[in-house]
Amino acid sequence: MSDLRDSFFQECDDLMEVLNDGLTALDEGDCDPETINAMFRSVHSIKGGAGAFGLDALVGFSHAMENLLDDVRSGAVTPNAQVTSLLFVASDHLSDLIDHDREGTTADMSRAEAILNDLRNLSTAPAPAAPGELSAEEQEAAAAFQPLVLDLGLDLGPDIGADPGADPDPALTPAPTPGPHPGLDADLPDLGPFRDDGAARPMVITFSASEDLYRTGNDPALLFRALKALGDLTVTADDSQLPPLAELDAATSYLTWRLQLDPAEGVTPDTVEGVFEFVDGICTYDISDAPPVICEPPAAASPDAQPPAAAQPAPDTPAAPPPAADGPASSGASSSRSSASSRSTIRVELHKVDRLINLVGELVIGEAMLRQSMSEQGLTSHGEVDVAMGQLRQLSGFLQESVMTIRAQPVRGLFHRISRIAREAGREAGKSLKLVTVGEATELDKTVTERLTEPLTHMVRNAVDHGLERPENRIEAGKPERGTITLSAAHRSGRVLITLSDDGGGIDRARVRRVAEEKGLISPDDDLSDSDIDNLLFLPGFSTNAEVSKLSGRGVGMDVVRSEINALGGRVSLQSQPGEGTTVTISLPLTLAVLEGMIVTVAGETMVVPTSALRETFRTDEAAIHDFGADARVLAVHDGYVPIVDLGAALGFREEPDTITRQSLLLIENETGERTALIVDAIQGQHEVVIKGLEQNYHQVPGIAAATILGDGNIALIVDTDQLMSSQPPVTRAVADKPAEVPFRSAQACPAQ
Amino acid sequence: MSSTMTEPQTASPEHSATDRAGDDLSEIVTFAVGKQGFCIEIEHVLEIRGWTKTTVLPHAPDYVVGLMNLRGTVLPVIDLSLRLGLGKTETTPRHVIIITHVQDRTLGLLVEAVSDILSVRDGEMKPTPDVASPQTRAFIRGVYSVAESLVRAIDVHQVVPKADGLAA
Repeated sequence: MSDLRDSFFQECDDLMEVLNDGLTALDEGDCDPETINAMFRSVHSIKGGAGAFGLDALVGFSHAMENLLDDVRSGAVTPNAQVTSLLFVASDHLSDLIDHDREGTTADMSRAEAILNDLRNLSTAPAPAAPGELSAEEQEAAAAFQPLVLDLGLDLGPDIGADPGADPDPALTPAPTPGPHPGLDADLPDLGPFRDDGAARPMVITFSASEDLYRTGNDPALLFRALKALGDLTVTADDSQLPPLAELDAATSYLTWRLQLDPAEGVTPDTVEGVFEFVDGICTYDISDAPPVICEPPAAASPDAQPPAAAQPAPDTPAAPPPAADGPASSGASSSRSSASSRSTIRVELHKVDRLINLVGELVIGEAMLRQSMSEQGLTSHGEVDVAMGQLRQLSGFLQESVMTIRAQPVRGLFHRISRIAREAGREAGKSLKLVTVGEATELDKTVTERLTEPLTHMVRNAVDHGLERPENRIEAGKPERGTITLSAAHRSGRVLITLSDDGGGIDRARVRRVAEEKGLISPDDDLSDSDIDNLLFLPGFSTNAEVSKLSGRGVGMDVVRSEINALGGRVSLQSQPGEGTTVTISLPLTLAVLEGMIVTVAGETMVVPTSALRETFRTDEAAIHDFGADARVLAVHDGYVPIVDLGAALGFREEPDTITRQSLLLIENETGERTALIVDAIQGQHEVVIKGLEQNYHQVPGIAAATILGDGNIALIVDTDQLMSSQPPVTRAVADKPAEVPFRSAQACPAQ
Repeated sequence: MSSTMTEPQTASPEHSATDRAGDDLSEIVTFAVGKQGFCIEIEHVLEIRGWTKTTVLPHAPDYVVGLMNLRGTVLPVIDLSLRLGLGKTETTPRHVIIITHVQDRTLGLLVEAVSDILSVRDGEMKPTPDVASPQTRAFIRGVYSVAESLVRAIDVHQVVPKADGLAA
């Protein structure tokens, strides 16, 4: 039962997502009937499932919501702004109710009453639904929410078997191949919640008898007669295997039957199965739904390969298979599980995926080790070895890529949560706002998505609370009364950028500066640029709001956002235009597990520079390097000059070299477009490396993002280029005599970067 | 074990009822650092490995020798001699690393040589003599007398490098 409940609540999450998608579309003026239908169906399914589990509060509430949606669908109610916003509120509450029921806690009924009243006032349906209508719907909906029942039916062997298992010659009857693994086919339709539970659906039964069946005195005709008692039966015999008369062996079974049964009321697949109970093991039979009832055939399977060819004997059949049919029968059995699955998704425990990812990571390391030792042995020049190694490398690359995509999921769910928070924040702050989301389909590692909720929540509250002006001030400034907050996600050069921008008043820099001075974070004579001042917001404990507001003044500031994002390997930056708004940009790695990096050597150490930050490489003896001042150098690139930093010195491995000879320069760029050229001793090549965090056994190291294990088993550190740049003032050689203290001043110690 | 640290040392000869806990047997791994004998409780020891070259960690305290790869796990190695104020270890292939697990972290302790595994009664541990230097004392829980030699019991929790002083 708890399994059923769990799957109900999981379905609810999906359904809520559909509902939210629909609402967002509706809010944007898209009144496509299909959208409204989809929303209606979602709420209806939630209601049905809730009814099945006796979750009365949920049933009542979703019923009221359903009525309103039905009115919208029928055109009795126009989906104007009032209706949409009520639906938003109701959907938020519905989601709360679901959460409460999931946790087994009680929801705040007073709030529900208010929303219910609003819903009833708007909808034309009678407040308590007519009993007859309700119960009919209830039943239908309850049935719609029994995925387990559906699965059970399938497990019992609903797919048809055309497996002529009794045929003595396996060569004549190739093992049934049910398409390319239908169970693994991601395109299989999700029959899930909207499918009726079909006890009384037409079924197709394929039946073939083994010699033993006849030998033990059974007769197929008797079985068919028994089946006929269960409903309308059409029997077709397949005599295609029948040999010419001269070759006919009287003791061999050649015939296969295809039976279409239109079962009478109350006949379940179990009942049908019962007919075959006494011939179990001496015949091969399969029971499945008749083709027209099966929704969409899998795209990958050819149409005629559908039910009849998606063969599989009933799971228990092979227990005592007819001797001659051993081959085909067992191969048919092996495919039974996969063809029984009709869902397009499976839920897998995360740790299993993680284990797989770790193993693939080790495989990639192993492959690299093999490649390295082969090149040391001089084996790579041999053609065949080379080809095989190339194949292995490609395959392990594909494998890794595929495994990584398992964890990736669209940010849609996260965005919905954030939109909801924005709506609530707007209500609490008395500000009318619209949240626009862009790029919801952008995929991101699941862990990253989960851990983004908190920082984004805080950011969106900030945007509502501090970013957007009060409605009267907005009108005064000539802006629409309703503020707009845009939340977008996009891929950009191997990273995911998430931006949250508002069209508010921008950062009040004078005030930020004043507050920072009052709090002693900066001194009044610090010379700060605009972006320096904006970055003060990221300092711990900084809060500009004079009266601590209910929304965002909770003792956590943007510094928490920054440290959360940093912990994910991401970066936060902030741009603000006075009077036009503020944009906060989060840049995140696509995955937490692998990284494409340039392997370099510095001061005898091997290090990895992430290629996502890398723009260009130069040879020092060919590059245009100019001394700058007493102790700095710059590199001339086509559009300007870039400071040069010695990576070894920056990490405290060595003193800044006086002269640069025969070394390499890596031009790196951070998210905001700032560039720095890093001096390294040599570039070894580009590799994909598996990230091994340092926090587990040690702690974060400034300037180092993580470690990795190289092909030879040695550890190489992965350089955190952004941190290296942001904490590395361009000119630092003045303190080069104390290398250990030079490079990394944290944001706290150095607010003005 | 923590109870024995606060227990008065008069307990063991008297065999009073209160020192029953002190009779519990525990196993210790003894090893040499800077020609002196030390030990840690065996439950902290995962395995013992020969010295291999480590990867230097930037901005690490001097007693953190670097990072080593233990079958895919990256862990820091600590020069126990330097940590105890006994001078930097000049590593040779004969040095060993004791892989320890403490406070949910795995780390390597670089020592000269592992000597033995001994069973001791908790009550046999004596308080650290006052003569030890403060730096050493901070890492020593107490001492055992084993076959006329002195074995210093290391408090592994104190040896773990702390993250303080670093930016988050």
